[in-house]
Amino acid sequence: MTAELGHIALIVALGLSFLLAAIPMVGSYQNNLLWMRSSRSLATGVFVFVGLAYACLTISFMESDFSVAYVAQTSNSMLPWYYKFSAVWGGHEGSFLLWVLMLAGWTFTVACLSRSLPMVMVARVLSVLGFLCIGFLLFMLLTSNPFDRLLPDTPSEGRDLNPLLQDPAFVFHPPVLYMGYVGLSVNFAFAIAALLSGRLDSAWARWSRPWATAAWAFLTLGIALGSWWAYYELGWGGWWFWDPVENASFMPWLVSTALVHSLAVTEKRGVFKSWTILLAIFAFSLSLLGTFLVRSGVITSVHAFATDPERGVFILGFLGVVVGGSLMIYALKAPTMRAVATFGWMSREMFLLLNNMLLVVIMLTVLLGTLYPLIADAMGMGRISVGPPFFNAFFVPLVLALSFFLGIGSISQWKKSKGERLANFLWLPAVVAVVMGLLVAFMYGDAFHWKGWLCAAIGFWVVAVSLRDWWHKARAKRGSTVAQLFNMNASFYAMVCAHIGLGLTVIGGGLSSIYSVQSDVRLAPGETVNVGAYEFKFEGTEGVRGPNYIADRANVVVSRDGSEVATLGPEKRRYFSGGNMMTEAAVDSSIGRDLYMAMGEHLGEGAWAVRVYVKPFIMWIWLGCLLMGFGGFIAVADKRYRRLKVLRPETEALKPA
Amino acid sequence: MARLKLFIPLAIFVGLAALLWKGLSLDPTAMPSALKDKAFPAFSLGVLKDEQDFKTEKDFLGEITLVNVWATWCVVCRVEHPYLLELAEQGVRVVGVNYKDQPDAARQWLAELKDPYEFSVMDRDGRLGLDLGVFGAPESYLVDQQGIIRHKHVGVVDDKVWQRDFMPIINELKGK
Repeated sequence: MTAELGHIALIVALGLSFLLAAIPMVGSYQNNLLWMRSSRSLATGVFVFVGLAYACLTISFMESDFSVAYVAQTSNSMLPWYYKFSAVWGGHEGSFLLWVLMLAGWTFTVACLSRSLPMVMVARVLSVLGFLCIGFLLFMLLTSNPFDRLLPDTPSEGRDLNPLLQDPAFVFHPPVLYMGYVGLSVNFAFAIAALLSGRLDSAWARWSRPWATAAWAFLTLGIALGSWWAYYELGWGGWWFWDPVENASFMPWLVSTALVHSLAVTEKRGVFKSWTILLAIFAFSLSLLGTFLVRSGVITSVHAFATDPERGVFILGFLGVVVGGSLMIYALKAPTMRAVATFGWMSREMFLLLNNMLLVVIMLTVLLGTLYPLIADAMGMGRISVGPPFFNAFFVPLVLALSFFLGIGSISQWKKSKGERLANFLWLPAVVAVVMGLLVAFMYGDAFHWKGWLCAAIGFWVVAVSLRDWWHKARAKRGSTVAQLFNMNASFYAMVCAHIGLGLTVIGGGLSSIYSVQSDVRLAPGETVNVGAYEFKFEGTEGVRGPNYIADRANVVVSRDGSEVATLGPEKRRYFSGGNMMTEAAVDSSIGRDLYMAMGEHLGEGAWAVRVYVKPFIMWIWLGCLLMGFGGFIAVADKRYRRLKVLRPETEALKPA
Repeated sequence: MARLKLFIPLAIFVGLAALLWKGLSLDPTAMPSALKDKAFPAFSLGVLKDEQDFKTEKDFLGEITLVNVWATWCVVCRVEHPYLLELAEQGVRVVGVNYKDQPDAARQWLAELKDPYEFSVMDRDGRLGLDLGVFGAPESYLVDQQGIIRHKHVGVVDDKVWQRDFMPIINELKGK
């Protein structure tokens, strides 16, 4: 019964989405206030029914109802309850339902938090979101219904959740990531509504900004969680693999980063309007493209979902309607007038434009690398992987350039900055960066490594500029400088926090890639291996039993200069259902370095093949991402986004612009 | 005129959509190789397990062999790997060409994922790959008892491909 209830709830939600897409939109053109006002209740309705469907599926999982095909496929009665809960998004159908729930959730949030917007805008934004809901709900009901039953041959036991996904990070990673992915739809809707209304002003940019920033922050955290999960769960010791699925989430991130910055220019200076609109469309289009790539089977990936060409055709059709349609509206409606505001070469506008260009170029190289196998395929060259060498060759220099200009850009002024002032301001951070870079380069590695120096220097450059900016701004105000340090507006803290985060991520990514040391050895009980400055002593294995697996756990004592610093317990697990073998790496993290150990094959007589890494600074990658995401949330909390009430009565806003 | 420029994004998207559309209908199809029905190019390369143990194209003689080009940097190879193990288990002779790869990483890969290959020669600088006309990994060649290439497949070999493209040729070769 539960499953059928869920199915019906989805159908009702689909019906309401049709109404949401049509009534307020028509109302906005016919000046019908009642029709426009219906948008909020319809949006609430869609959210409630999608939520109901989601709850039904969760109940089916909790009760291990294996007559539901999707539950039988991704769950197992032996799973602990929290993995049953997260197994809902462990496969294609359920994760798509989660996606739709997020979309309905964002739509509902816009409905709730849009009191200060003109009704026409609200009606159109919610209508566009309703239109997106139609597409996704139709897709789910027609090609991937999570509530399909396996009757009458109901299996007595489920196939189990993929052991890779039985991990705490998996409980958080997909929901946070989808929050970001789907959140970009709100900006998309704002962009379309603005194009339809011809209303592309600072007010529009100010309404859009918190949504863009919130989605961006979620996306940042979601990607970071995924990368951290890959790092300690996959047992390959890497944290980014340029896999199509990772790229699918990274491309919208790059464009939304550009969008967040470009919206700032549009709000403050009224320029880059068309460009900002285009970025908003691109960001969401790329998240749709990601969905297509991941779920259609056009590109092989290590974590692609079970694929089906029929789904591919549907998503591509939807992609065509949404992206093609929105770009058509853009082409017909975007303003062609040149903005009147002017700015000089050394202005904040110019540096932000440069930031946008670099981000878009990075996105395009990632897109090219991701689609290259497909292009090769379409031209009859078969399926191939381009591999990380391609991506790294472009990505690393571009990101370093981006970070370098960030330093100058973030302290430059609108319209025009004096070169002299910039130099006065930047010499100290430059010295700090060079010195810190040298310090790192001489402390790590056997010989001086200029790449290590460069990464560290650029990372510390970003951090130092941000801190100096903070100090400088505090000193410029009246009163005690220290007191003023904590008396800035939220947007400024947000910027400093996010920029420092980027600096830390650059340092972490660069140094951990360059200075990691690794060793693959055979270890018998009692033997030791030296990696870097650390000595790993293998004391043998013991059998342990988990809720749904048995494992051999190694006992390894790590010491440095004779004193013990950590004990590691990597495991080799065998899951009961399916007999999957899984490597559970053991990681000892600290701010300066990670000690990482994964078990390979059992080589007989208690000896094991093991892989040991010492990775300096790797935690900084995720620490930096955390700061970036946190910065985003601070920005959203800035009071000025909520201060603005509509000064005109609603009816007046209805007059054609 | 300014309005026309705004159509550029749309035009680019239409091109991309056409590409994706084509991608959907494409099956990783085998590609005719210039080397078909010619002898496997000559080589002499060390194998992964023992870098001093040199193998040549003559080691293929006498048995139908599936020569698989792979590398650890190739994500798709990871997808293909389990099927190669299955083939090896069925008694198919599988030989690897470890293409432009680091031997340590490759050995680790085989230890971790199990080794379907009778041996894997190390083509570190891609010289053999060049002779074979390799675009990327994975690629597979069916070599007959006389060391003649009978079929080339670019991309993942899975059960569908194996049954459709390889089995008929193998049956024919065995029938002779």
